[in-house]
This record gives sequence, C-alpha cells and structure tokens, in this order.
Amino acid sequence: MVVQTPNGFNLDDTGQRIVVDPVTRIEGHMRCEVNVDDYGFIRNAVSTGTMWRGLEVILKGRDPRDAWAFTERICGVCTGTHALTSVRAVEDALGIEIPDNANSIRNIMQLNLQIHDHVVHFYHLHALDWVNPVNALRADPKATSELQQAVSPSHPMSSPGYFRDVQNRLKQFVESGQLGLFKNGYWDNPAYKLPPEADLMATTHYLEALDLQKEIVKVHTIFGGKNPHPNWLVGGVPCPINVHSTGAVGAINMERLNMVSSIIDKCIEFNKNVYLPDVIAIGGFYKNWLYGGGLSSQACLAYGDIPEDPNDFSPEQLHLPRGAIINGDLSTVHDVDVRDPEQIQEFVDHSWYEYGEPGKGLHPWDGVTEAKFELGPNLKGTRTNIKQIDEGAKYSWIKAPRWRGHAMEVGPLARYIVGYAKGHEDITEQVTGLLRTMDLPTEALFSTLGRTAARALESEYCGRLQKYFFDKLVTNIKNGDESTANVAKWDPSTWPKEAKGVGMTEAPRGALGHWVKVKDGRIENYQCVVPTTWNGSPRDSQGNIGAFEASLMNTKMERPEEPVEILRTLHSFDPCLACSTHVMSPDGDELTTVKVR
Amino acid sequence: MADQVLIMGIGNVLWADEGFGVRCIEHLAAHWELPEGVTLLDGGTQGLYLLPFLEEADTLIVFDAVDYGLEPGTLKIVEDDEVPRFMGAKKMSLHQTGFQDVIATAQLMGYCPTRLLLIGCQPEELEDYGGGLRDSVKAQIAPAVRVALSHLAQMGHVAKPGRTQSDLLADPSIMHSAYEDGRPSEDDACRIGDARFFPAAE
Repeated sequence: MVVQTPNGFNLDDTGQRIVVDPVTRIEGHMRCEVNVDDYGFIRNAVSTGTMWRGLEVILKGRDPRDAWAFTERICGVCTGTHALTSVRAVEDALGIEIPDNANSIRNIMQLNLQIHDHVVHFYHLHALDWVNPVNALRADPKATSELQQAVSPSHPMSSPGYFRDVQNRLKQFVESGQLGLFKNGYWDNPAYKLPPEADLMATTHYLEALDLQKEIVKVHTIFGGKNPHPNWLVGGVPCPINVHSTGAVGAINMERLNMVSSIIDKCIEFNKNVYLPDVIAIGGFYKNWLYGGGLSSQACLAYGDIPEDPNDFSPEQLHLPRGAIINGDLSTVHDVDVRDPEQIQEFVDHSWYEYGEPGKGLHPWDGVTEAKFELGPNLKGTRTNIKQIDEGAKYSWIKAPRWRGHAMEVGPLARYIVGYAKGHEDITEQVTGLLRTMDLPTEALFSTLGRTAARALESEYCGRLQKYFFDKLVTNIKNGDESTANVAKWDPSTWPKEAKGVGMTEAPRGALGHWVKVKDGRIENYQCVVPTTWNGSPRDSQGNIGAFEASLMNTKMERPEEPVEILRTLHSFDPCLACSTHVMSPDGDELTTVKVR
Repeated sequence: MADQVLIMGIGNVLWADEGFGVRCIEHLAAHWELPEGVTLLDGGTQGLYLLPFLEEADTLIVFDAVDYGLEPGTLKIVEDDEVPRFMGAKKMSLHQTGFQDVIATAQLMGYCPTRLLLIGCQPEELEDYGGGLRDSVKAQIAPAVRVALSHLAQMGHVAKPGRTQSDLLADPSIMHSAYEDGRPSEDDACRIGDARFFPAAE
C-alpha cells in the first residue's frame, strides 16, 4: 500500500523487508527496517530506538546543582555537552549570571568537544562507510604519497616511506587476526568507490586522528580539572585563574593557557591539512551518490550556541546560528523560542509512552515519561523475538518532538543550512567555497555527503572560534579580571520556592535542550530533548516521518542484503541512542546482523 | 622510571551492576593508600577517550562487570592475552567501542600496556536504570580490591590502609551512597523497560 505523508514522502511497504538490528558504530542501540522495491530502491523506512531511558525520572528529588554530574553519565561521548546544558538550565531557572571568563572557557570547552567529536566521528565511525581499509593493503605507497601531496600540499606527513610503514603496520594487524576495528565491513561491496591509494591515505589519517584526539581532550582536563568526566559548576566554571604568582594548586596559570593555545593550533592545522582535504578528496569519488537528504531540504532546526557575551542567548549574539526552516522555504528563517509551549512539543502516538490522550503533544516543561510498551497487530514474530515491527502502532522508545508540528532535522547540516539561509558570513563563505571547489550545485548540500561535509566545515569554523575565545579570555585576564564563578546564589535558601528554566546547546549531533523545574530546592521535573530524539523520531500522530526515516527514502541499494547505504546515511547523523533512549541488549556480543525477509 | 600501573574501573553507574568497576575504584581510594606510580581512574564508558591513560601505563588493571554466564557475584580474573577475549562480551562504551576495541586500538598504535589484568564480576541485574549494585555484586567489591592489591604487591607496589587522593574519581553527587540513597521511589520513577528484554515486566 502506498501512503503519502504530510511531509511529502510516498511510503510503500510492499517489497522486500530488510531489518538491520542493531545498527553498529553508534552510541547505544537502534534498529532499522526498510522495504526495498524490485529495483533496489528503499520505499519505506522505520527507525526504532530499542532502549528505554529514564534519565528524567532518576533525577527527581535530587539537588539541581548536581544534575550535570548525572547527565554527564548518560553516554560516552557528549558528556561535557550534557553537563553544560544542565548547568545552563539550572542557572536559567535560578536567575544565576555567569562571569565573562566562564563564558569564554565554556565556549572553548564546547567548541573543543565539537571538534573532537567531529574528527572521531569522521575517522573512526563514519569513514569506514566510504573507505575500505582492506583495499588499502593493495595501494602503491609512492602513488599514495603523490595523491597526498596533490590533495594537501602543506601536510608534512606525506613521504612514500611513511605510507609504506603504515601499510606494513596495517598488514601485520590484519594478519594477526585482529581485524577487530575493521571487521563486519562489506569490503567487496561495489558501493566502495575509492582507489587503493585513497583508501591508504584515509586509513593513515585514521591513525593520525587517533593521536590527535588524545591531545584535543587535554583542554577538558585543564579547564574541567579532569577528563574523562570533567567538572562543571552551576554559576561558572570550577577552575580558578591565577596568572600572576605561584597561586593555588590546580589554578589556571600561563603555562596551562599556553598548552591550551598549542592544542587549539593543532586542531586548526589538522582541520586545514587533513580533515577538510580528505572530505573533499573522498567526496570527489562519490559525487554521484547524492542520496540521503531526507528532511534537510525542507525542515531544519538549530537552537544556536557559543554566545559572544555571557548570559545573552539572543540570536544575533550566537556564533552558531539559531533558527528554523520549514516547508523548504530557505528565504524565511523563523526564530525559535524554546520556552513557548506552542513551538516544541513531543508526541508519543508511535512511541512506547503514554499521555492518556491520543494526538496530544507536550512541551518539555510539562513532559511526562511514562512507559507503555505495546506492539501493533501487524507485528511479525513475538514480543521477545520481533521479526518485523508494526510501524502503524507504537514502535520506538524515542518520542517524536516537533517544531510547530513539523518533523525537523538537527545537527551540523541543519546548522549550516540555517546559517547559509540567514547569510551568516563565515558559514556562507565556507559553503560556497566548498561547492565551488567540488563543482557541485547548492542542492548537493541536501544529502548524506552534505551532512558529512558540513561537519568538516564546522570543525574548521569551530577551530577558529576556539582561538577567538582563547584570545578573548587571555585579554580579559590581562585586564585584571580573574573571576570564573558567581556563587552569590549557591545557597538554596536564596532560591525561589518554585522555578523553571531551560538550557540549550548545539551538541555535536544537533540541538540539545534540558528543561528543569525546581521546587523547594529539589528537582521536580527534568526533561532532555536530545538531537537523536529529533533525528531518530518515529512517525507522529499526523503520519510525518522523522529525519532518519526520511533520509533513507528512495536510496538505491547495491546489494540489499548488505546495508552499506543504510549505515552510511544513518552514520552521517552520528546517532547517539544512549541519551535519546536507554540501553538494553539481550546479548551484547551481537554485531550487525542483517536479517533479510 | 618505575613501572607505571593504571587501575581503572569501567562501566556505567546508572545501570545497576554495570557500576561495579567504578565502585571498586571508589572503594580503593577510600580504604587504601597506594604507592607512587599507581594511578586510579574512573573510566566510565569513555572508550577511545581512555587511550591517553593506556599510553602512560605499563600495567593495566581493570575492574568491570562482565557477563560470563556464571552465578551472579562470581569473580573471574583473566590476564594478558586472554583479556580482550573476555571483554568481548558487551559493548556499552564510546559509540559501541567496547573496551576490547580500545585495547586493539592501543595495540595498533603500539602503546598498549604490556601487562593486563581484568578483574571481572558477574552482574546480577543490569536492567534497572537509575538503580545501584545488587547485594551479590556489592559483596564482591572488597574481594575484588584484594585481588588487585595482591597483584600490585607481587609487582612490588605495596598498598597501606588509608586513603588515596585522586582527581580521576566520580563527582561526590554520584558516589556510591549518595547515588543509591538519593534514588527516587518506584512510584516517582518508572523502573521497567523494553519488554523484549524484560519479558517479566508484562
């Protein structure tokens, strides 16, 4: 049967049904089912978050000043972003203003995490959807060296001997039976288009990126006191500054600031010499593979982030843009008010929760997290062994958030489309430059590759912004301001009896919001709407499909039983299911088992 | 420089017995004074973020909740080459980077610690979000710590009763007792999950 969704997709659930469960190289657990027609095109897509998450409920009754420490444990990657969102929400509720240095330091940490996440995502989670490390063993090191010098003349590591060494290391690793990191690939699938030399170059950078990411996180150690799990503080940042004398142990001094500065420079170098050239070089071989755009050409949402001045989140103050685009109209960028009960609402008609009333949407301040697990009548299999989910009924642990009723894409591509549509100077310049270099039309942005490229551009931009805020911090300190925290309202006796607040950030994978209600000094309600809730959302009561589902539509699969294309597109969102839902796996050692039915 | 030893607890404290490894580290810090050259780390679920710590260590001792299919609360100790194989049982870390992938990556990069010791405990309950350790697992913290201490002693690192200060532990608000005692009631906080994995919840 063919059904047209209100957001413009024709869903046809006849044809071969393919189940990918779990989807690997993501944080958390997710399942995806598609229907493929006789020509190999995906005509229906169903994305299921297979985990229950109850973060909201475990925070009830806790001290709001501690919420960041819990949210930091939701998952293994966005620790700092959740913590930042949490302290912002609590500060908003209690009317706490942070000092200028705290704003700069938070921005540097957030930008640092953005770069770290983008680099790790591209090289360690996503590259293997485009790059074939096994094919790299067949490369000629000399030709690889020539390729490297052509795509990035200023990258110092480019000699034939260097690539030969890496190739030998890789060979030993593979021969020792430890394919480990590279197993479960579909290495002979024709969807892989790179020549062996490009594969070797990219695999080499996989290793270089591993070394770099170790360095990048040291910024969190310096400002957060430790890493993993850096410390955060309601009212500012938990690191004292003392640049004039020996000062307290652990205080930020010039030596530490110099270290931060050198790490920032390394990020900038890597983005310029390695990351961006790789995306352009690899993308060049896939220019004809422009699937995966999904909702990006019609509905994008960004809350914006990186405020120029502390405590001011007005859109013109934000370096990462805020706005909403709907109905594919790039000429109008709507402002977004996360407090407005009419704008952001979560629906649960197709999610395993209940509100007691069908078709109802709730703003996060009034959010309810009440589980209701039930399966539809068209389910194939049993409750404990689902062969095929019934998407006509409830089918996911992810709620369906909507902006004024629209399903939205969030993330680097959404941010870049919003920025481009708004005429954001840096973003527009980057986007037009990239399209010119690659000789591609604007429409090419609306694709899986566009998402991957936007992430690289953003990493580059964030590198520059990091430097900007570092200079701002140092100037402010030199002018005599060493304040990093405002503790005037630390004591709960200074708080109102009841208060509510919201914290917003742009996490690496998209718009992130925490909504908190505080009563008698304790958390009364806490709701997180995370990026993967937006992107991975199931259908809503109107039948609109979510961003993951939309992105898979009408993609051609080379071999339906080898879901390279599905993984490629889903990975381009950098899904993080651990925070959008909660985890359980019956047997965690299961890897991608594609079940074709 | 003498051998550097890293003692790390991994797992997610928010999922009941998954927090075993992290709680062992807490216990060690609270009850033992460790000699120079021994570092304590709450590794959480940080996956690849842990590489820099591996690079600096010659010996790695890991506490973790591992599903071996044994009686709940059973300790199992494996060493060196056996470690990755036994850690393959689950993945809950950075983007599905199980800890065995972290070790494989460290080996690929040429800086994996030469000695590995895994002190694993069979969990009783993982499917309880927001919950704490079950008694069977909690009872194994002290014995697990003793195993680590005796291995340390064999290497010439003798611990004394006391405390160890470390920056690398959890924030006080999610330390063992604060976390478990502050848990909201079952009425306030739904504790059931996906029936595919919780058939008993029907």
